[in-house]
Amino acid sequence: MNDFLKISGLCAQIDDNGTPKEILRGLDLDIPKGEIHAIMGPNGSGKSTLSYVLAGRDDYEVTGGSATFDGADLLALEPEERAALGVFLAFQAPVELPGVNNANFLRTAVNAVRRAREEPELDAVGFLKAVRAETKHLHMSDEMLKRNVNVGFSGGEKKRNEVLQMRMLRPRFAILDETDSGLDIDALRIVAEGVNSLRGPDFSALIITHHQRLLDYIQPDRVHVMAKGQIIHSGGAEVALALEAQGYQQYLEAVA
Amino acid sequence: MSGAEISALGSFMARAHEGQARTLLEQQGLPGRRLEAWRYTPLRALETTGFAAPAPVAPDEARALLARLAPEADASHRVVFVNGALVPELTSLPEGVRLVAADAPLVADRPISVLNTALAQPGLGLHVSAGADAGQIALVALVTGDAPVSTHLAHQVTLEADARLTLLDIQSGEGPYLANPVLGVRVAEGARLTHLRVQQDSQDAVNLAFVNADVSSRGLYDSFTLTLGARLSRHEVLAHLGGSNAAVHVNAAQLLAGNRHADLTSVIRHAAPDCISRQTVKNVIMEGGHGVFQGKIHVDRIAQKTDGYQMNQALLLSERAQIDSKPELEIYADDVKCSHGATVGALDDEQLFYLRARGIPHDEARAMLVRAFLLDALSLVQDETASALLDRRVETWWQKRDPE
Repeated sequence: MNDFLKISGLCAQIDDNGTPKEILRGLDLDIPKGEIHAIMGPNGSGKSTLSYVLAGRDDYEVTGGSATFDGADLLALEPEERAALGVFLAFQAPVELPGVNNANFLRTAVNAVRRAREEPELDAVGFLKAVRAETKHLHMSDEMLKRNVNVGFSGGEKKRNEVLQMRMLRPRFAILDETDSGLDIDALRIVAEGVNSLRGPDFSALIITHHQRLLDYIQPDRVHVMAKGQIIHSGGAEVALALEAQGYQQYLEAVA
Repeated sequence: MSGAEISALGSFMARAHEGQARTLLEQQGLPGRRLEAWRYTPLRALETTGFAAPAPVAPDEARALLARLAPEADASHRVVFVNGALVPELTSLPEGVRLVAADAPLVADRPISVLNTALAQPGLGLHVSAGADAGQIALVALVTGDAPVSTHLAHQVTLEADARLTLLDIQSGEGPYLANPVLGVRVAEGARLTHLRVQQDSQDAVNLAFVNADVSSRGLYDSFTLTLGARLSRHEVLAHLGGSNAAVHVNAAQLLAGNRHADLTSVIRHAAPDCISRQTVKNVIMEGGHGVFQGKIHVDRIAQKTDGYQMNQALLLSERAQIDSKPELEIYADDVKCSHGATVGALDDEQLFYLRARGIPHDEARAMLVRAFLLDALSLVQDETASALLDRRVETWWQKRDPE
């Protein structure tokens, strides 16, 4: 079996002022090792919820189904254990951390993950060398490392910072939650390069997006259409092109 | 029956010196909830404990105690008190600094001052000559004893015109005791006193401290208090800006776990024009801890162009944690700039999740966010060695705190 990420019948709800609101309604999705998949869908279809549930945010209650990653029961793990296992979520709106230095944060994260993976920790010099190589690659100034995490960062800088973290943490499965929203073409290219550079037989990714645009730069192996908490259609890269041209209506009508 | 019971007040009266303070103590007793300034920190809890005079400690034992409780005071110039008595063998002062008789005067409407004066033990009397830079001096006060004892050191620090001093004030101890220190501060024209206080008393201790600072024209009293220890503590500051262009900083961080109670009360009085006061107080409160902040800025009619800032923030890390915050502005001048604010909050779930999603374990993520919260206050300490000491103390406190 080549099943790397395997999601079966996943149901999840959120507490909406005391009333449970069902968001994922029996979602099935398999992403084999080495493949990059995209999920597209209208607002409110549950795309971000899926990414949070996979990363382990506890505001969502999983009410049914399963999600395994490389054979491990993902849903039973703490967020930090999922990160150590190799799951990475690039946030749609990365939170600001006033008073937390970006370089210290990154080094703490890298070493926490290395510890959990039973790899030697990086000392200050080793870390600096590794991070400088990455910032150069991403066309980021070292000055961003001295600032507080995401504080006062422009939209593009925040997304680059997410990609920097992704490259430093070396995930085996990355989820990019609308990482392309609000980016200009240059920033979009950098994000795409960040993903493409990790592409290989041991790396998979799930790209959540509204637009075809990002997929011009990251060629997906499969494209899934999501609506009302389910995958309603799957196909090759041509699905994204069809969506761009004709919208979601054709798929929504088909399941209605 | 009541006459036979031990009470705190009874034990104090038995040891009090004759004089005005004794009379006041006898008339007023220990402050309770009905006294507005003591509403959040009534001393009723002390009433059933009798405090004896502490036993003297031999120099060798004092040395061992110092190494155990305040190792950071090892390298610097220092004045060491153990159980309320100066230990000359452990004391060393830089040139240009004189020890004089301390004479912290009584402030009749401050119960901590009354108690201290009634039972006063001679403390540090330090005099820095005009224009001299005395560098850093550690004032270390340690208490040890098996039965409840109390110390009432009266310190007085005087800086003549344009003098400089950094006073590293470390309070620590072992066992049950009451530490009741009073520090009188006089900062003459153009002089600068940096006062860094670390209160890391024993978990069974009570600390009632009072600072009475008088700052003259262009002078600066720059203080930071880190409160980590004692089951019950109050740090009370009365600062008087008596000459134009004087400045006072009353910054603090209070870290409370268990069922500890810590109170920071300050009154900053602007009695001259063009003076500056700054106050940033941060509280990190866990479990059943209870923090209190009472801060008053009083601006006299004459004190035009006053620039006052006060901020009190609390991070509550449990459902039971409590903060009482009472900021007050009393302004009689018409051309002033005074602002104050208070916030209370928990750790941000979104920030916590972000850190954990990057592989940082829960407890480490919490520690990072707590340190980030304290940063605005801790970064106000400019002296590098002192700043490093505070960081280490915060770190140790976090690691050694009672597990939740």
